[in-house]
Amino acid sequence: MKKFITLNGLVAPLDRPNVDTDAIIPKQFLKSIKRSGFGPNLFDEWRYLDQGEPGVDNSKRPLNPDFVLNQGRYQGAQVLLGRDNFGCGSSREHAPWALEDYGFRCVIASGFADIFYNNCFKNGILPIVLGAAIIEQLFKETEANEGYSLNVDLPEQKVATPAGESFAFEVDEFRKYCLLNGLDDIGLTLQRVDDIKIYEQKRKVEAPWLF
Amino acid sequence: MAKTLYDKLWDAHVVRQNDDGSSLIYIDRQLVHEVTSPQAFEGLRLAGRKPWRVDANLATPDHNVPTTGQAAGVAGITDPVSRLQVETLDSNCDEFGITEFKMNDPRQGIVHVVGPEQGATLPGMTVVCGDSHTSTHGALGALAHGIGTSEVEHVMATQCLIQKKSRNMLVRVNGKVGPGVDAKDIVLAIIGKTGTAGGTGYAIEFAGEAITDLSVEGRMTVCNMAIEAGARAGMVAVDDKTIDYVKGRPYAPSADQWDAAVANWADLHSDDDARFDVVIELNAAEIQPQVTWGTSPEMVVAIGDKVPDPDAETDAVKRIGMEKALAYMGLEANTPINEIAVDKVFIGSCTNSRIEDMRAAAAVAKGRKVADNVMLALVVPGSGLVKRQAEAEGLDKIFVAAGFEWREPGCSMCLAMNADRLEPGERCASTSNRNFEGRQGQGGRTHLVGPAMAAAAAIAGHFADVRELD
Repeated sequence: MKKFITLNGLVAPLDRPNVDTDAIIPKQFLKSIKRSGFGPNLFDEWRYLDQGEPGVDNSKRPLNPDFVLNQGRYQGAQVLLGRDNFGCGSSREHAPWALEDYGFRCVIASGFADIFYNNCFKNGILPIVLGAAIIEQLFKETEANEGYSLNVDLPEQKVATPAGESFAFEVDEFRKYCLLNGLDDIGLTLQRVDDIKIYEQKRKVEAPWLF
Repeated sequence: MAKTLYDKLWDAHVVRQNDDGSSLIYIDRQLVHEVTSPQAFEGLRLAGRKPWRVDANLATPDHNVPTTGQAAGVAGITDPVSRLQVETLDSNCDEFGITEFKMNDPRQGIVHVVGPEQGATLPGMTVVCGDSHTSTHGALGALAHGIGTSEVEHVMATQCLIQKKSRNMLVRVNGKVGPGVDAKDIVLAIIGKTGTAGGTGYAIEFAGEAITDLSVEGRMTVCNMAIEAGARAGMVAVDDKTIDYVKGRPYAPSADQWDAAVANWADLHSDDDARFDVVIELNAAEIQPQVTWGTSPEMVVAIGDKVPDPDAETDAVKRIGMEKALAYMGLEANTPINEIAVDKVFIGSCTNSRIEDMRAAAAVAKGRKVADNVMLALVVPGSGLVKRQAEAEGLDKIFVAAGFEWREPGCSMCLAMNADRLEPGERCASTSNRNFEGRQGQGGRTHLVGPAMAAAAAIAGHFADVRELD
C-alpha cells in the first residue's frame, strides 16, 4: 500500500449527497479479477454519454461535458470534495480502487458510509470528515477559484486552505499508523498468532459446534 | 453490567483489545462469492499465505450467474468476463480447499439465502462476507456485516478483523402491523424515518412486537436492509422461532452438541436494563405498504401517498437531491403513487427471494394475469433449494400461468451483473434493496417494494395497494 503523509492537491467538487458505490464504479466493471485499471471507469455513468462496458477503449467514448471531472480546470485533481453519506451502498472495494487509480488520494466530505470509509484506508486513500459548514465553505472556495488546492497533513491531522485557514480532523490512531507507514495489516495481525490460538482453544471448550 | 445483544456478541469475540481503542475480533464464518474474492485469493498467493481455517469459509457464485440454462454449469455463461470470474472462484476454492456450492449444485444460490438455509450461519456467530447485505444473518442473533476485499483476505489469512466497536442503536417497532403489511414495508418505513445515514456508526438491534411477530425469514428481510439505514450490522434477539429455524439444518450443531448450543444461545438478547446510545420507535399500526419514489431507499412513501414536492423541502441540499432524483426517475411531483405504471417487475434478491417471499407473491398472482403493459415479470428464487421447494408447492405453475417468468437462482436483476437488467428509461417494481441510479441497468428506474406489492404491480400494470386488489 502507498504511504500517505502529506498532500498538496487540486480539489474537485462533487456536489451531491449520498454518492453511492454503484455510481463510483458501476457493476459491469466488477467482473474484473484484478485490483487495478478501474480509473477510466470511475463515475462511468456520469462521466460518459454512452453505456460503458469492460474491454472497451474508454479514450474513444463521448464525454459528458456537464460532469465536473470532465472540466479542464479539475484535471489532475487529487482531492475529492463530497457531501453527506459519501460511499454508501455496496461494500465493493472497487470503489476506492477506482478513485485511487484515477488519481485521488484524499476524499473530504461531511459524512462517509462505514464500509467505504474503512476500505479507503486499506488503499492509501485518506477519507476526512469535516463539519457541514466547513464543507460548504470549501465548495464555495473551490468553485470560485480555479486551481484551488488543499494541503492535507496527516501527522498533524490538519487541512489547510490556500489562504492559510486550517481545519483539524479526527482519525483513528491505528489507521493513521498504517497509512503513514503504508502497512499491510495482515502482517501486523499475524504478529498476534498466539492470541488467536489461545482464543480458539477457549472457544472450542465454550462453543465446540463452531469448529 | 447490563449488556445489549451487540455488546454480548462483541465481547464473546474479542481476541485482543489494543491500546489504541481497536480490537482484534474473531470471525466464525466467512461467506465467499465470485465478485469480491478473486483479488483476496490473489493476495494470499502473492504473500504465500494459506487460509487460517479452511472450514470457516463457504463459497457459492451468485452475482454473475445467469438465471436460465444453469444445467450447463459455468460453460453456460455466455458473457466471457462473467464466466472467467465464476471460473476463478471455482479454481480458487479448489486450490485452497474451500467448500463451494458450484453452479450445478442444487444448494447454489445467493450467499445470504444459502448461509442460513444450510445452518452455516448460526446464532452467536460473527459472520462476514465481501458484500454489504451480510447484515441479513443478524436475523439469527449473529453479528454479521459486510467487508471489503482487503478484509476478505485478512479474514482468510488470520480468521480475525481489526475493528472498532460501533455504538448501540435500538429500533423498536411497537404493536402489530395490519394485514397486507410485510417485513419489507417495516424496514422501508424504518429507513424512511432514520434516513440512509441515520445508522452510520451504529449496530442496530430490531425489536418490538412487530419484529418478534415476524418469521425468521421476515427478520432476515429487515436485517438485510440495515445497511440501507447506514448500519453495517442489524440483528434480532434469539427466541424459540430462531431455534426452531436452525434445528436440523446441514451445518447446524450435531445432536450431541444441540442442547449445549441452545443453552448458550438463550443469552443472546439484550438485558432488560441495557443502555442504547439511540432508541428509535415506530408504531406498527401506522405502517402502510411502502413504495420508494427516488434514487435512495430513504425516498419512500406509502402506497396511498403522492410523489413528494421538492418545493415543500426547506433544506437546500435535500431539495436539490429530490429534484435530481425526480428528473432521473422521470416523475412529476404530486403524482399519486398508484398511478405510476411499470414496465418490468423483479421478484428476487437477498432481500426477498426466500420461500415465504415466493408464497406471498404467488398468493397475489394466483388466478390473475400480468398486465399487458408489463413486458417482463421475473421471479428468481434465492437458491436451488428454494426453487425446489417452491416447485414442490406448485408455485412455479401459478407464476407461469399468470404470465411471470420462473427463473433459476442468483442475484439477477438486483444489480444486473448477469443478463437480467433494465434498459434506459424502463421502470421496475423490484423487491431488491437499492434504487440507486443505474443499479438495475444504466438509466433504469427502480421502485423498491415487498413481494406481494411487486406481484400486485405486475397484475395491475401500475403500483397498486395489495390490500385492495380486485
